[in-house]
Amino acid sequence: MNRHAAPDLKASKISGGVATDQRHDSAHKHVSGQALYIDDMPEPAGTLHGCLGLSTVAHGTIRNMDLSAVRAAPGVVDVLTGHDVPGVNDISPTGRHDEPVLTTDTVQFFGQPIFCVIAATREQARRACRFARVEYDELPAVIDVAGLDPAAAKLVTPPLTLKRGDAAAEIARAPRRLKGRMRLGGQDHFYLEGQIAFAIPGEDHDVTVHASTQHPSEVQHMVAHALGVPSHAVTVEIRRMGGGFGGKETQGNQFAALAAIAAKKLNRAVKIRPDRDDDMTATGKRHDFMIDYEVGFDDDGNILGVDYVYAARCGFSADLSGPVTDRALFHCDNAYFWPAIRAVSAPLYTNTVSNTAFRGFGGPQGMIGAERVIEEVAFATGRDPLEIRKRNFYGDTERNVTPYHQTVEDNVIQRVVSELEESADYAQRRREIDAFNANSRIIKRGLALTPVKFGISFTATHFNQAGALVHVYTDGSVHLNHGGTEMGQGLYVKVAQVVAEEFQIDLDRVKITATTTGKVPNTSATAASSGADLNGMAAKAAARTIRDRLTDFAAEKYQVPREQIEFLPNRVRVGNQEIGFAELVGQAYMARIQLSAAGFYKTPKIHWNRDKGEGHPFYYFAYGASCSEVSIDTLTGEYVVERTDILHETGRSLNRAIDLGQVEGGFIQGMGWLTTEELWWDDKGRLRTFAPSTYKIPLASDRPKIFNVTLADWSENREDTVHRSKAVGEPPLMLGMSVLHALSDAVASVAGHRICPRLDAPATPERVLMAVERLRREAAAR
Amino acid sequence: MAEPKTRKELRFILNGEDVALPSVAPDETLLDFLRLRRALRGTKEGCAEGDCGACTVLVGRLSAGRLVYESVNACIRFMGSLDRCHVVTIEHLRGTDGALHPVQQAMVDFHGSQCGFCTPGFVMSLYALWMRSPDPSDAEIEKALQGNLCRCTGYEAIMRAARAISRYGSAARDPLAAEREAVAQRLATLADGARVEIGEGDDRLVVPADADDFAGILEDNPDATVVAGSTDVGLWVTKHMRRIAPAVFIGNLPGLCNISEQNGIIGIGAGVTYTDAFSVLSQHVPALGPLFDRIGGDQVRNMGTIGGNIANGSTIGDTPPPLIALGASLTLRRGAERRTIPLEEFFIAYGKQDRRPGEFVEAVHVPLPAASARFAVYKVTKRRDEDITAVLGAFHLDLAGDGTVGAVRIAYGGMAATPKRAGAVEAALTGRPWTEETVESAIAAYEADFQPLTDMRASAEYRALAARNLLRRFLAETTDASTPVQVSRSAAA
Repeated sequence: MNRHAAPDLKASKISGGVATDQRHDSAHKHVSGQALYIDDMPEPAGTLHGCLGLSTVAHGTIRNMDLSAVRAAPGVVDVLTGHDVPGVNDISPTGRHDEPVLTTDTVQFFGQPIFCVIAATREQARRACRFARVEYDELPAVIDVAGLDPAAAKLVTPPLTLKRGDAAAEIARAPRRLKGRMRLGGQDHFYLEGQIAFAIPGEDHDVTVHASTQHPSEVQHMVAHALGVPSHAVTVEIRRMGGGFGGKETQGNQFAALAAIAAKKLNRAVKIRPDRDDDMTATGKRHDFMIDYEVGFDDDGNILGVDYVYAARCGFSADLSGPVTDRALFHCDNAYFWPAIRAVSAPLYTNTVSNTAFRGFGGPQGMIGAERVIEEVAFATGRDPLEIRKRNFYGDTERNVTPYHQTVEDNVIQRVVSELEESADYAQRRREIDAFNANSRIIKRGLALTPVKFGISFTATHFNQAGALVHVYTDGSVHLNHGGTEMGQGLYVKVAQVVAEEFQIDLDRVKITATTTGKVPNTSATAASSGADLNGMAAKAAARTIRDRLTDFAAEKYQVPREQIEFLPNRVRVGNQEIGFAELVGQAYMARIQLSAAGFYKTPKIHWNRDKGEGHPFYYFAYGASCSEVSIDTLTGEYVVERTDILHETGRSLNRAIDLGQVEGGFIQGMGWLTTEELWWDDKGRLRTFAPSTYKIPLASDRPKIFNVTLADWSENREDTVHRSKAVGEPPLMLGMSVLHALSDAVASVAGHRICPRLDAPATPERVLMAVERLRREAAAR
Repeated sequence: MAEPKTRKELRFILNGEDVALPSVAPDETLLDFLRLRRALRGTKEGCAEGDCGACTVLVGRLSAGRLVYESVNACIRFMGSLDRCHVVTIEHLRGTDGALHPVQQAMVDFHGSQCGFCTPGFVMSLYALWMRSPDPSDAEIEKALQGNLCRCTGYEAIMRAARAISRYGSAARDPLAAEREAVAQRLATLADGARVEIGEGDDRLVVPADADDFAGILEDNPDATVVAGSTDVGLWVTKHMRRIAPAVFIGNLPGLCNISEQNGIIGIGAGVTYTDAFSVLSQHVPALGPLFDRIGGDQVRNMGTIGGNIANGSTIGDTPPPLIALGASLTLRRGAERRTIPLEEFFIAYGKQDRRPGEFVEAVHVPLPAASARFAVYKVTKRRDEDITAVLGAFHLDLAGDGTVGAVRIAYGGMAATPKRAGAVEAALTGRPWTEETVESAIAAYEADFQPLTDMRASAEYRALAARNLLRRFLAETTDASTPVQVSRSAAA
């Protein structure tokens, strides 16, 4: 941005307001390598580097830990254990006290941090870690959840039950019923920039921590808690992350706490950047689920009652598993009306890394359960799954109450799906695929169209608040700060657009500044797709306050009624004259008008009673649908995505270019989760897919060969959100479900679409081939 | 042999600067050098194993007198392999007026970055592509990006940018093009024919002057680590922190990078990169092309060598099975002594090869199949591109005049502790008509040939089934042209 360009005082429209397609504010720095990530910041002289020592058993007590060789290794300055934590040795984000910074006695997963080496260089710290001699008394470890009884096994946090109607009775009474189980894998975030924290000690108790985090306030509180100092002593700052996806909501706490502890102890700057292997081993992932379902339905495929148990592998501690498994239940309906429903969560304790937030936050797993039930009913009744989907969609004025007793008031799923069905030419392609499959012995095609309805708001109502700080300087330039963090999603530029719009000044007059706990306190995580909704409104409120002050000032100074003052592009009309924005600001300063304001926002309407399982947890819903066609090789299970069509709605988008990127990227990430991204633990509980050589996220060549993405141009948020836009961070991830179901459809073709493939996820080539084999066997046995 | 003169420093060009480094550790990576020693922090570390491409830079070298630039992974590229090279990082792309390079401007305008962390790597890969193919097809772009992971964009915006680059400027106006001649001259002056030796004794880093010099050095230092492309040895250092000193760097080594064709046999020096070897081999054996396009990404193919792939004896190396099926042989050299053995005999057991102390793989010789022969190689992976093999099968069939199997060579990767021929299956097929009945009866012989293992890439059950099915695919491909036998990225929907 050219800061020296003079604003156009004749413009009919500002440059860079809302509902315009702006580039990412850092794009020019991204492409030239000049965007600074934490590891790129200049280091103070004497900066030290930390590396975590990880446990090598999945469950056991530490009998003896000999770190003498570690301490003696070249470059080592200190070795921290849990006993060196000056405050409380705990970073549990929900206050359950179940997650030590460094464990001191019991290890509960393979890869749990047990000590931290501080050395002159990062390489020396990494090398020194290997000299530890730790002996364990091993205990039985629970790695997989397959053998667990969700009703009796140990949980990490209390389960949730959602109930409407009498599901058991309706299922029993239904003309037809069936039950089954689905396994659904987890997902590593694979942010390209790994976890990192860089602590610089100050005077008194002070410490500044640069942390790659979606939740600076929580890092601040955790660091203070671990140091045993008041929160005011800790400042946490983050300009940008190299990807987050939920993996930096709580998972950065450990590194930040340790860097800060070491920095204060040694009075040196300390940086901790785990290598990729340690990052993937020691930090949590998307929860994998085991979904048990029972459904009652009639011969036409009308679903009458559903019973679900969503059991999740949570790992050794609660972390965010409570709200994640809650959100799974909140989405067990996806876009469907279940006339009678009982859904129960089982957040299971396991001796694996503690699973955490990941884009969708349990919602995707919930929806997968809904779509499996749809698929089962379709195969049982011999109908196209799309017909069953449409038959069971929420209604507009009836059949519109969710399992958590919130009425769906903004339903547009029928419109989204019918428009997509038409534009993707679903019916015609269904016939073509049938014809293709009849003539193709080895390669089979499949097609599926799946909907998405995703609830927007944190289900913990108090998180739905945000703050912002806006300064207008005497030259009319604007400094913008808010509690949201930038992880690539374009939040900063969207909020800047809102502020530019409010002041009616060009976007390049608004400087976007790093998120810091020192400017806006007590913020919520940038999560739950809420970033623009919350921070955009808070920033708008701050700007509005200053604008109102300027209006009052102008009214008084020029003796014109307030109604005759209008903010035009880069200028203000005051009665019959126009004054440049900067000029008016200068005058206001001379008149001692405050040109700085904090803004605040809290989402209206929402409430939630978890004990009763009733309330209005979501302010609104975001809708979309996708249609995918695949080819599978029935000899190897390999596949390609031939074509995907998407129709997604983002309300009156603040920035369609950014939103399109969220939709495309979300779809591919969701597709990866359900296809090639497989987390694989060995029998010792050691994750063996801990680097990109073994954990396979999609490549450019995994994209659908034909990829048509449309943002609904008619969409508008019926709620009073920021410029009537809708959240877009998470919902598109679930568009990836159409690929899983297209694969399932292709598999089903080997048995004449008479048997439900029950294709589990991730649908690797191996799972696809094994499903083909199973269907062939079952078809032959019939 | 006369010893060549010795130089005590590395010499190369970094962006616009001549660099002479008297002090460099054998295991120092280019990425650490850039970020820690030079504060050139536009190049990022994403994985430190050559898989994500965030650290992609270009390395220019003289190849047969011509200056070629190739994308490589700085994270697993050792400094010792950069003598006489031109290293180009993201910082070198902007014009002197600060204007963005066409590749950069296209990425900005088409919203090709979100979090931006992978972006410098993508820019460098696209730049390398643009230099050799200003108007690339989607297939070319996808291939050029196989070694770059992006977790935000879903790649679509990057593809749009890549298609549009040539609208932003011509390759002729590119900064590297402008300085090309000067750089070539400077690199030519650096080629002083000297051996580079830095450090002492067991901490030594050696870059031999040529293949003969290398032979002598290895004979005298049989425990030295031989580093060619470092796509494997790089990980010994970055992942396992193994000591590799003394290390001998033989990438781009004169006398080890020759490709010859004589009497229907292609000879490939052990130092020839995948990129160079593959272009020749797939020209003569087109069925190898699709396999080679799926080994690593461009960065790995530009560094890795067939010699290295063979010498380290991995059970999942992708080049040995097809070369074994083609009947390749291997020349090993110790000092001035050479011996040549059938390739399959080189692989003795897991982690054990027939390489004697002081001996090195000098060249592989690949006989071209007869015009009438049928040859195919199939790689099965979790993800289509840039993934390590779960199962790989190579099939080389000569039918007799009566339609029976005259000779057949079948070799697999991922199915045993070494790349291995399917001897029992071959025997069950030989002399019998090439029909479904024959193939189905030969399937039982797999049990005798292979007992695969379960790991994170595939279960034993899947490997066993897929391996058998690859033979069925080969039969279908050679006998039934009416139906597709593989899913295809390129064919239209």
